Amino acid sequence: MLEPDPNYFSSFVCSGEIFELKAELNSDKKEKKKEAVKKVIASMTVGKDVSALFPDVVNCMQTDNLELKKLVYLYLMNYAKSQPDMAIMAVNTFVKDCEDPNPLIRALAVRTMGCIRVDKITEYLCEPLRKCLKDEDPYVRKTAAVCVAKLHDINAQLVEDQGFLDTLKDLISDSNPMVVANAVAALSEIAESHPNSNLMDLNPQTINKLLTALNECTEWGQIFILDCLANYTPRDDRESQSICERVTPRLSHANSAVVLSAVKVLMKFMEMLPKDLDYYGTLLKKLAPPLVTLLSAEPELQYVALRNINLIVQRRPEILKHEMKVFFVKYNDPIYVKLEKLDIMIRLASQANIAQVLAELKEYATEVDVDFVRKAVRAIGRCAIKVEQSAERCVSTLLDLIQTKVNYVVQEAIVVIKDIFRKYPNKYESVIATLCENLDSLDEPEARAAMIWIVGEYAERIDNADELLESFLEGFHDESTQVQLQLLTAIVKLFLKKPTETQELVQQVLSLATQDSDNPDLRDRGYIYWRLLSTDPVAAKEVVLAEKPLISEETDLIEPTLLEELICHIGTLASVYHKPPSAFVEGSRGVQHKRLPGSTGLGESLESPDTGSAAGGSDAPPAVIPSQGDLLGDLLNLDLTPPATTGPPPPPTSGMQLGAMDLLGGGLDSLVFFLFLSPRVQLGGDLGGSSMGAGFGAAPAASPASFSAPVSGGLDDLFDLGGGVGMPMGAYNPPKTVWLPAMKGKGLEISGTFARRAGIIQMEMTLINKAMSVMTDFAIQFNRNSFGIAPAGPLQVLTPLSPNQTIEVALPLNTVGPVMKMDPLNNLQVAVKNNIDVFYFSCQYPISVLFVEDGKMERQVFLATWKDIPNDNESQFQIKDCHLNSDAASSKLQGSNIFTIAKRTVDGQDMLYQSMKLTNSIWVLAELRVQAGNPTYTVSIPLRLKEKKAH
Amino acid sequence: MIHSLFLINASGDIFLEKHWKSVVSRSVCDYFFEAQERATEPENVPPVIPTPHHYLISVLRHRIYFVAVIQSEVPPLFVIEFLHRVVDTFQDYFGVCTEAAIKDNVVVVYELLEEMLDNGFPLATESNILKELIKPPTILRTMVNTITGSTNVGEQLPTGQLSVVPWRRTGVKYTNNEAYFDVVEEIDAIIDKSGSTITAEIQGVIDACVKLTGMPDLTLSFMNPRLLDDVSFHPCVRFKRWEAERILSFIPPDGNFRLLSYHVSSQNLVAIPVYVKHNITFREGSSQGRFDLTLGPKQTMGKAVESVLVSSQLPRGVLNANLNPSQGAYTFDPVTKLLTWDVGKINPQKLPNLKGTMNLQAGASKPDENPTINIQFKIQQMAISGLKVNRLDMYGEKYKPFKGIKYMTKAGKFQVRT
Repeated sequence: MLEPDPNYFSSFVCSGEIFELKAELNSDKKEKKKEAVKKVIASMTVGKDVSALFPDVVNCMQTDNLELKKLVYLYLMNYAKSQPDMAIMAVNTFVKDCEDPNPLIRALAVRTMGCIRVDKITEYLCEPLRKCLKDEDPYVRKTAAVCVAKLHDINAQLVEDQGFLDTLKDLISDSNPMVVANAVAALSEIAESHPNSNLMDLNPQTINKLLTALNECTEWGQIFILDCLANYTPRDDRESQSICERVTPRLSHANSAVVLSAVKVLMKFMEMLPKDLDYYGTLLKKLAPPLVTLLSAEPELQYVALRNINLIVQRRPEILKHEMKVFFVKYNDPIYVKLEKLDIMIRLASQANIAQVLAELKEYATEVDVDFVRKAVRAIGRCAIKVEQSAERCVSTLLDLIQTKVNYVVQEAIVVIKDIFRKYPNKYESVIATLCENLDSLDEPEARAAMIWIVGEYAERIDNADELLESFLEGFHDESTQVQLQLLTAIVKLFLKKPTETQELVQQVLSLATQDSDNPDLRDRGYIYWRLLSTDPVAAKEVVLAEKPLISEETDLIEPTLLEELICHIGTLASVYHKPPSAFVEGSRGVQHKRLPGSTGLGESLESPDTGSAAGGSDAPPAVIPSQGDLLGDLLNLDLTPPATTGPPPPPTSGMQLGAMDLLGGGLDSLVFFLFLSPRVQLGGDLGGSSMGAGFGAAPAASPASFSAPVSGGLDDLFDLGGGVGMPMGAYNPPKTVWLPAMKGKGLEISGTFARRAGIIQMEMTLINKAMSVMTDFAIQFNRNSFGIAPAGPLQVLTPLSPNQTIEVALPLNTVGPVMKMDPLNNLQVAVKNNIDVFYFSCQYPISVLFVEDGKMERQVFLATWKDIPNDNESQFQIKDCHLNSDAASSKLQGSNIFTIAKRTVDGQDMLYQSMKLTNSIWVLAELRVQAGNPTYTVSIPLRLKEKKAH
Repeated sequence: MIHSLFLINASGDIFLEKHWKSVVSRSVCDYFFEAQERATEPENVPPVIPTPHHYLISVLRHRIYFVAVIQSEVPPLFVIEFLHRVVDTFQDYFGVCTEAAIKDNVVVVYELLEEMLDNGFPLATESNILKELIKPPTILRTMVNTITGSTNVGEQLPTGQLSVVPWRRTGVKYTNNEAYFDVVEEIDAIIDKSGSTITAEIQGVIDACVKLTGMPDLTLSFMNPRLLDDVSFHPCVRFKRWEAERILSFIPPDGNFRLLSYHVSSQNLVAIPVYVKHNITFREGSSQGRFDLTLGPKQTMGKAVESVLVSSQLPRGVLNANLNPSQGAYTFDPVTKLLTWDVGKINPQKLPNLKGTMNLQAGASKPDENPTINIQFKIQQMAISGLKVNRLDMYGEKYKPFKGIKYMTKAGKFQVRT
């Protein structure tokens, strides 16, 4: 009788069936046994639990039927972990099988044993494994090589103790290429969890062996070997060339992973080749066809290839510069392929091919997929900015698109036209009329904001600019912040250009922004404009209508050091995500950053975007906007714990954060407010007239949007000084933080802090050279900043800094430098130069370093001043979890030049009245309320600042 | 390396899982399902998806997602290539790669997967080695096994595993010795509105079916090898000989295999075998649009253009289409808005034409997008690049094999913009 092929899949494992299977497994008939094991495996594969059958299945292991044996092994691998004691039963059979005359069985046994992750079994594995690593049959050896990696995963120590790693290294010299490949693969995997173990000490001899094996092993083995080769640094350009020559044939492999790994090796090693070498040019030519071929593969392969090509194009645009057409988008490409292709098209766009590219982009802009269409329209704008000669054509293409009246196309087009205006001012204003026709159809904030910016910027050429802007003003409060801010600025611009007709409009928008809005950004900006306009219209004009810096060419280039590292990781996940491997791959902690070798010609070939923008007009270093997180971090530094305990700093308090309002920025606002409302109140001198006013002017001039970041920070740092309490010196010095990571500093790492010592502000830095070469010629410079901080002398690094050397430097500072308001207030932009390059970073100094030693106000003066300040100017903040009494707090604060003028006790509350003086002679008064037994402090700061003419 | 594999069907059920290292919970696939939900089309699921502890790399084949789970830094292409190999192997073993076939052969599938990867490292992925290890299921073999109690797992170490020619087993015997080579070229092109070529390139392959006894050593030479400047070879091809003499010299695998694939780039002049005259227009204010499309042959060296199929995604606003084909039949799916026209063969004397009207929703405005026309066709006995095999010689064996070479040109992604 013939049985129909049983459909194992549909079998349902209930207790009855388990019972039935048990009976079948213990049957005398071989055939029945095998069928039963098959049913068990089938249940297992779909995730059903058949572990109850463990002993019965293991009993079937002693068989000469290979299929049955394999099936039992499959089962064992799955369930041994849950039944470790039972698994021991299988050990004898394994050990016996490792001695079997059939190499297939020997290999199978050692392979399966390695997969059983049970400690007791691994003990028994060592001896058979040792034998198999030296087996006469290469099939067994190559299987055993992988088994070492498995064992290492289970018990790394055991592998090292048993000397398996050395045996594995010996296998690199094996006569069989498949064994070599597997040994390399196993070592690479082990090395990944041991980044510093130097397992793969590559030398010319091993490299030669690997290159020989490369030609003969399987496609997968070739990938392992190529990836391993990529870690090697050739001694000179001749070795580099000879390796390249032997790797090049891999570019013709059918397996795309082999191709990409070969590309990685070549991209890396060609750095060492002199550019005038003939071979260099040949190699460049050879790289293009395989990359193009990858794009005709399946979409998933294309995606990975495109992500990598994106890197290659940034590093060596010459390779693919003639291949623009292969990146043209087909309408049925998956969206992830389309977007990547578009990105590369823009990177390859040049004067030579721009006409083609534009025609394509225009075509894409009529496709169905909205996301893709939007990106295509943006791409046209990017082309205009990148290829100056094409700008005119791009603008006319965009105009054509606007004529289609497709809503989202029009909106995107307007956003990019704004950027084009920023790049080429006073060139394409003729199109404004067309743009204005579409005003009503804009419903996205970004497009509305862009349009408003255009109207404001070119108000003098638009006859009905006031009407247009007025129409937006009607729904002012329903607009998003972006639009509101833009509208405010645009109307102020309009007013400055046509003051006579628009007075009413500007008053309307200023009152909308300052009185009816809850948004602090908007209010702040409103007040600033209001004050500027009312005090000095000429200055206002200079500030608001100042010439803007041109926007840079390409904004989304990958930072050069990161790009170098990613080129070393072509073909990996890192290259797909464009992030360094250390940033995201689990278990690869401490991965060494790979660098391209012999990057002597680096400086010329890679112009860093930083220097590019610096050359673009302003001499200021690029504005690095520090994240608010840093400020909150400072806030967390509140360390008012008693000196005896060294516990962690108390957690942040929400009350504190909510109340954390910028002492100076916020205060100034209120003062400005005050000025407007009651002009008779004369402020003590012209507060900030010299220092702050100028600062305010500069910011909006730089960019109309720069005000979006809330001004805060002063107070946070003010409270930082509380931290000083525990220190013997008195003044609080925050710990050193890394300002310039080695990644960004081409190997130079700078960490530092600020301190006030003996009345002198010091910038204390630790410089570490993590690069391979000696660094010399250090110099430092600050950008203009809020308090005029400047170096009082040159940077004292007299001896050259050799690799891995660390040096501590203290730089004395003074406060007589040029002043410009920073955001946040205590931000300091620093440029450090050495023989390699100029590096920019920004750091924040604690406000406390600016409190001078003579900040103790006389009691009478204090009292009079305190009374002078109206109550409604007072702000209150709470500091929670401070377990100090008032006296201790007072003495500690004194260490940071915060002086207690008076103390009063009311209802069990201690009130401390304190004064401090900043280097620019601004006095700050504060009241600190401490309730015994309550860890919450209340600080009141009346917002009245008094300038005292010190000089 | 590769940790686990999940197979997921179109309705989102995980119907098979395989773990090569420790077990990874299937809940990891939830991240995949999220990505699947976000994608508008099944093809648009991104191939690499990060999760907090793993990476999911997937391919979609035959409406099944093959999702590999990896934990450490592994080349994604390595994983994708391996998944392709899994799909090919299933297809090879079961004829089709469908959910039903996989479920019916679940034990063989499991044995195969176990044989293909060891601890995440590829072990045996060559089809002929696998077939020696695990015999493909056939009705005959199932019957024989049931009667004799024999097994479908090979008892011997596959001979190819370690030899210098791992792709070929020893002791091959045939009564009819034959070697067939198919030169198949696919032409990818984008043609613009006015009929001029924006980009055109050719993806060519030479697929072989070699059934020769013993260890034959073949050489294949071309009339015009200079066309082949961007090639990928089967590992059996001796690269040095190709570099030096532009001759393909190889010991072939047994059975079907892809000898060579090549790419003729857009920089060379690529002949376009068909042209399309089209007039698809909508007028402002009218709820009707005109559709008129004519196909004709061009640069086909007198060969007939066959199996022509035209498809086009009409604008979303189109409700239905009333068209009149001069030959063949057309369908319009009012839901997906996909128009397909099965033309058949192009007769140069009487060019096929499809003409009529499209109806828009009443009062709807003129559609924004221009439909793209996708064309499929086949031309027998011609390689559009002009590639021609000069001769095929066999060394190493005494008998005289039967040799055959066929040429064919097909449309790949052949798109005409309107």
